[in-house]
Amino acid sequence: MEEDIHTKDGDLVFHPMDQFIVKPLFGDGPVMWYTPTNATLWMLLAVLCVVALFVLGTRGRAVIPTRLQSVAEVFYGFIYKMVEDVTGHDGVKYFPWVMTLFLFIFFSNMLALIPMSFSPTSQIAVTAVLGFGVFFAVTIIGFVKNGAHFLGLFWMKDAPLFLRPIIAVIEVISYFVRPVSHSIRLAGNITAGHAVIKVFAAFAGIALIAPASILAITAIYALEVLVAVIQAYVFTILTCVYLKDALHPGH
Amino acid sequence: MATETLAEGVAHGGAAVSSCLGLNGSAIGMPQLCTDWMPNQIFWLLVALIAIYFFLSRIGLPRIGAVLAERQGTISNDIAAAEEMKLQAVAAERAYTDALAQARTDANKIVAEAKAEIQKDLDVALARADAEISAKSAESEGRIAEIRAGAMAAVSEVAKDTAQELVAALGGSRDARAVSAAVSARLKG
Repeated sequence: MEEDIHTKDGDLVFHPMDQFIVKPLFGDGPVMWYTPTNATLWMLLAVLCVVALFVLGTRGRAVIPTRLQSVAEVFYGFIYKMVEDVTGHDGVKYFPWVMTLFLFIFFSNMLALIPMSFSPTSQIAVTAVLGFGVFFAVTIIGFVKNGAHFLGLFWMKDAPLFLRPIIAVIEVISYFVRPVSHSIRLAGNITAGHAVIKVFAAFAGIALIAPASILAITAIYALEVLVAVIQAYVFTILTCVYLKDALHPGH
Repeated sequence: MATETLAEGVAHGGAAVSSCLGLNGSAIGMPQLCTDWMPNQIFWLLVALIAIYFFLSRIGLPRIGAVLAERQGTISNDIAAAEEMKLQAVAAERAYTDALAQARTDANKIVAEAKAEIQKDLDVALARADAEISAKSAESEGRIAEIRAGAMAAVSEVAKDTAQELVAALGGSRDARAVSAAVSARLKG
């Protein structure tokens, strides 16, 4: 489609998916596993944002918080309460991990909204590591904490006996689909939003429809801010729910 | 995979360094699905996550936790102090009402004492006045009796003298003793 929107200057051709290309930061060499790339840059910027929020925010360690400290405290309180409410009291020791996931996704999503930026959370490789990481961690925790009793998660004791094997099959399938949906949900949402913005941006090259296009970009940008927050929240709360299943498989 | 990528990059003569890029440098299909770039992203993602985790668990979260705990402590201390002050205020109020009641009973006692003293004085004064009055009335009665006795004596004298003169004037004997005896008998009767 974007082939139709070429302006006369060939340099202004828009390809909505080009924003997801991984490029080396220095030079034009191949992307090795250790090469510092734009993905590296934006992930490390997210790390820097986390560090900045928590170091600068809590610099005063004030009982009456400054603005930045309030923000840091809101993040802390929000995720802490989520972990405690969903997983129960014994899940609190996994709070730093959940917080890590949330802050990384949140700041990646937010930084990706800066024009010309790169969005790590739109990359299936990134979200799959996150999603499968949660899946394996939760499964291992489940077996370590509960042993074979963890399999009770798939065996519904309150269902009629003849239905239990069928439900068990469905439960097992849904359990193994979790990491896939968990990772594709995040990557899909971010990819779709950014691609749509790029498509509208391409339309803005035509003077006649530029105003409508810019309005649309503005609207979708606002939506994307919402999506950035909501997807970070959804990923985190689902992690908590999976963790709860691992800690208390008996429902 | 990394060496493959390198080989392809070299094969493309440097223009397109990945099998996922077209010759004009734009993406072929979805760049997200390009396996050439995945090791790089996974590596840096792990670096980023581990960095965030260590930062949070060593520095970030303990600080916030400490601040929140401190605030909680401050708040509960303040509430405890307020509770204590309230107790003190209640105690002070009780002391005040106690003092007030004490003062009231004291005042009543003093009033009663004063009343009793006044009553005593009054009684003494009344008794004295009664005694004086009775003494005076006794004295008066004595005097009246004296006056009455004097009057009786004078009456009998006058009667005797009158009777004697009458007897003499009527030509009777002037036996004074018989006349006075007759008059005395008559006066007694």
